[in-house]
Amino acid sequence: MAQAITDKDGVKRYLITLNVNGDAHTVLVKGNAILTNVLRDQLDLTGTKKGCELGDCGSCTVLLDGKPVDSCLVLAVEADGRQITTIEGVAANGRLDEIQQSMINHAAVQCGYCTPGMVLSAKALLTRNPNPSEQEVREAISGNLCRCTGYVHIVEAVMATAQGRVTPDDH
Amino acid sequence: MYVPDFEYHAPNTVAEACAILAELGDRATVLAGGTDVLHKMKVGKLTPEHLVSLKNLDELREIREEPGRVVIGALASHNQIYNSRLLQRRYLSLPLAAHTMASNQICNLGTVGGNIVNGVPSADLPPILIALDASIRLTSARGERTLPLEDFFYGSAQTRIEPGEILTEISIPDQQTTGSTYMKFGLRRSGALAVAAAAVSVQVSGDTLHGVRIVLASAAPTVLRVTAAERSLIGRRIDDELLTEAGNFAAQASRPRDSIRGSAEYRKNLVGVLTKRALRKAIEEGHA
Ligand SMILES: Cc1cc2nc3c(=O)[nH]c(=O)nc-3n(C[C@H](O)[C@H](O)[C@H](O)COP(=O)(O)OP(=O)(O)OC[C@H]3O[C@@H](n4cnc5c(N)ncnc54)[C@H](O)[C@@H]3O)c2cc1C
Ligand code: FES
Ligand code: FES
Repeated sequence: MAQAITDKDGVKRYLITLNVNGDAHTVLVKGNAILTNVLRDQLDLTGTKKGCELGDCGSCTVLLDGKPVDSCLVLAVEADGRQITTIEGVAANGRLDEIQQSMINHAAVQCGYCTPGMVLSAKALLTRNPNPSEQEVREAISGNLCRCTGYVHIVEAVMATAQGRVTPDDH
Repeated sequence: MYVPDFEYHAPNTVAEACAILAELGDRATVLAGGTDVLHKMKVGKLTPEHLVSLKNLDELREIREEPGRVVIGALASHNQIYNSRLLQRRYLSLPLAAHTMASNQICNLGTVGGNIVNGVPSADLPPILIALDASIRLTSARGERTLPLEDFFYGSAQTRIEPGEILTEISIPDQQTTGSTYMKFGLRRSGALAVAAAAVSVQVSGDTLHGVRIVLASAAPTVLRVTAAERSLIGRRIDDELLTEAGNFAAQASRPRDSIRGSAEYRKNLVGVLTKRALRKAIEEGHA
């Protein structure tokens, strides 16, 4: 178990290590700290959004050991030692990931609030299944609610990525 | 959203977890995937003094075959059940039931143990597990006990688990049955709770029904097995009339409530239709 530190007021905190986007961060958290808040407030990774905070909307989606989860329903102490990918870790070497580029090309982003979670859900799907059917894409993003786009453009963007039809200047 | 303070424990073995729970009694709440526990803590329905996390008990994540049975660890997630080659081969109806649940994000966190112990009548896994005659093992500092899953529930969110007990495994005995299935109606295809659902298993030879189990979700304050209906069907020739009768029996036995997801009358109707369709599917397609 993570090292527990009790301060002079008797409040217990835990020294945990979160491996986020390839970097190990050691942070001190209270037992009741929620992963979303630790990512946003302590690690300054504000790409992870907060919507319902009850597991319904998916805007807080991160990958935990490669699998999408709602970080609003995860205690930070429970993620001690595990691998986390947030939206900040998707682009590599200053270049957007194909799925991000495809979302832009297909105008699949409007207000953008759902987009980080949507990208992570889609990315996890394509890693597991490089050639999904439209139904599989719809299922994979069904836990990510979007108020703006009606999903059609998002689904097209994911399908185009799967089929290798994404080019940087394809508009 | 604020989660009230609590003392956090993460024991490394089942024995250690049992010792902590024995000491804390009903001041402690067990934490598995947390999808129900943290939800309740956020909306103020649950304020445990202590949370005892099972996250380090990796042995409870296993799904394995043993002589005479299939064993599912209580910490197996819904997606683990959905993706299990073993379960897909033996009882595909169970992975498919897991696939009707929640979103992918919740299915990566939520566990079968949590789905059972939470005890709500809309839970998706208990009906199909009961249809497959599953039993559960509860472990505490006092020892272990095994009971049929069917006997575990006795009211809405009321189960026979006692303070200090951990659900460690679910066991599905090798079957005489020839088919099983879970059929659910939710307000969207993906990620919706059951308005009503029916799980069935059948034992068919030739054109005769030699055995049947019918278990309903969201049809009563607790998951509901309709034994009276089952008895009247056994030994009969399978035809459309028999299946219609079975549906009617199940609808009559159900005691659903009115809620925003559906009226009681509508749910009764659904139970009839789903039971009939589920029986036909289990008879024709085996454990799918
Ligand atoms: C957005 C959302 C959608 C959902 N959709 C569905 C759905 O479609 N179908 C459905 O059935 N459910 C659904 N659920 C409910 C929930 O995800 C499931 O019931 C899940 O299986 C709970 O498992 P968990 O591991 O997260 O349980 P937890 O929240 O960790 O625990 C639930 C309860 O069980 C106890 N507990 C857990 N494991 C053990 C154990 N091994 N021994 C003793 N006690 C234990 C806990 O103390 C607690 O009382 C949904 C929840 C959310 C938030
Ligand atoms: S903020 Fe986590 S699912 Fe809505
Ligand atoms: S783009 Fe606005 S919520 Fe999806």
